Amino acid sequence: MRTRQYWQQIWALARKDLLLEFRTREAISVMLMYSLVIIVVFAFAFKPSRKTTLAIFPGLLWLGSFFAGFLGLVRTFQGEKENDCLLGLLLAPVGRTAIYFGKVLANFILMVLVELLVLPLFFVFFNYHLRGPVLHLLAAVLLGIFGFVAVETFLLALLGNLRAGEALLPLLLFPLVVPVVIAAVQLTAGILAGEPAGLSDWWKLLVAYDIIFLAVPLIFFD
Amino acid sequence: MIRVENLRKRIGNKDVLKDVNFILERGSFTVVVGPNGAGKTTLLKILALLTRPSSGRVLINGVAVGPETAALRRQIGVVGHNSFLYAGLTAVENLSFYGQMYGLERIPGRVVEAVRQVGLLHALHEPVRTFSRGMLQRLAIARAILHDPALLLLDEPYTGLDREAEETLNRLLQSWKEEGRTIFLITHKYADGLSLADRFMVLVKGRVAYAEAVEGLGAEDFRGLCLAGGEGA
Ligand SMILES: Nc1ncnc2c1ncn2[C@@H]1O[C@H](COP(=O)(O)OP(=O)(O)OP(=O)(O)O)[C@@H](O)[C@H]1O
Ligand SMILES: [Mg+2]
Repeated sequence: MRTRQYWQQIWALARKDLLLEFRTREAISVMLMYSLVIIVVFAFAFKPSRKTTLAIFPGLLWLGSFFAGFLGLVRTFQGEKENDCLLGLLLAPVGRTAIYFGKVLANFILMVLVELLVLPLFFVFFNYHLRGPVLHLLAAVLLGIFGFVAVETFLLALLGNLRAGEALLPLLLFPLVVPVVIAAVQLTAGILAGEPAGLSDWWKLLVAYDIIFLAVPLIFFD
Repeated sequence: MIRVENLRKRIGNKDVLKDVNFILERGSFTVVVGPNGAGKTTLLKILALLTRPSSGRVLINGVAVGPETAALRRQIGVVGHNSFLYAGLTAVENLSFYGQMYGLERIPGRVVEAVRQVGLLHALHEPVRTFSRGMLQRLAIARAILHDPALLLLDEPYTGLDREAEETLNRLLQSWKEEGRTIFLITHKYADGLSLADRFMVLVKGRVAYAEAVEGLGAEDFRGLCLAGGEGA
């Protein structure tokens, strides 16, 4: 009963954030614009042949996603600052971890939506016919995005009260997110090259990282 | 009943609250005044379980407040300096959201009832961003009473209210009092809540300078006390 309410609260929090985002589309438009620029610039800079595509595509894909996420997710915290809403949440019988996981869920859904729009464009602009395991690619994308969202949301929550928070964010985010980036790029490259075997170490790294950043906030915010 | 014992709150290297002791009886109505920076809001935040005191304790019905007593928040309604409302959501979306946060049943009915009480039914589906200061304050009051709290903590709730809204708030305070809710009201205008209050507290530089029953105090005494408080005496 108790846990059910916990999940309901997380969902209500995420729904509220998504509703706010779909009203203004601030984060989504920044993320989409950034991704589009990356796609277009690189699709014209390199003549997309199958070989160049295989070489640069995985890196580009994640470069685009992570920078888009970095720029976009910051905005999803703005709504909480207006009128001191975060204080209002803390007045309610809501656990701090529920507030945190609500943010993670909303940010994850947001980034997945952007990715679902951007990913096909990548394939179109780079003239790349995906053969091989689509499901593997999808899993790698979801796990990579989740890892990134978890790390960034954690840092945003942690630095939220500091005046220097905004300056510190990139400084802390990039080193912390490197394992996710590397694992995601390696997985994407392997899957696109049609060699999904031999990737198990990268899968393990990515899953482990996701789990760690799901667990760390439980200790921090409780 | 709420008992505050030897409360001290240190922020930075400043004692914002020093040696604060008082009791709020169930169903009592306390008006708190004091100059800017006296520590009124800080005291309210401690009563609202938002911050913990540096030392001393708060007992609610004999139970000391600690990390495990978060469920007590369900019993507390707060009107603060800010509205805690999402500018991008409508009135009804805001209150429904908070209803879920408080784990309420029958949310739509409660939301409409709370909004009706503050006289905002006409703006139910307007985005809060378009609200005037007074409308925002009315909705903030609706938000505070949505979950039917037994203890109401109000920090300068008259701010931004027009005459009519002021009277609405006075009427609400009256009915909350009749319903047996405990009320803790911070204000700057000594006339506010004067006729309803049964206890009067003056906070100066983090100390309770005066705390007595209202009975026997005339309007002039009030004025005097508030002015004394205002001068930091
Ligand atoms: N977060 C904080 N950081 C530093 N100082 C603080 C903080 N919060 C409060 N203070 C200090 O504590 C003192 C009391 O503040 P508080 O907000 O409780 O006063 P108040 O009585 O509510 O004043 P007002 O009538 O202006 O609302 C002030 O001197 C203020 O500077
Ligand atoms: Mg104050």
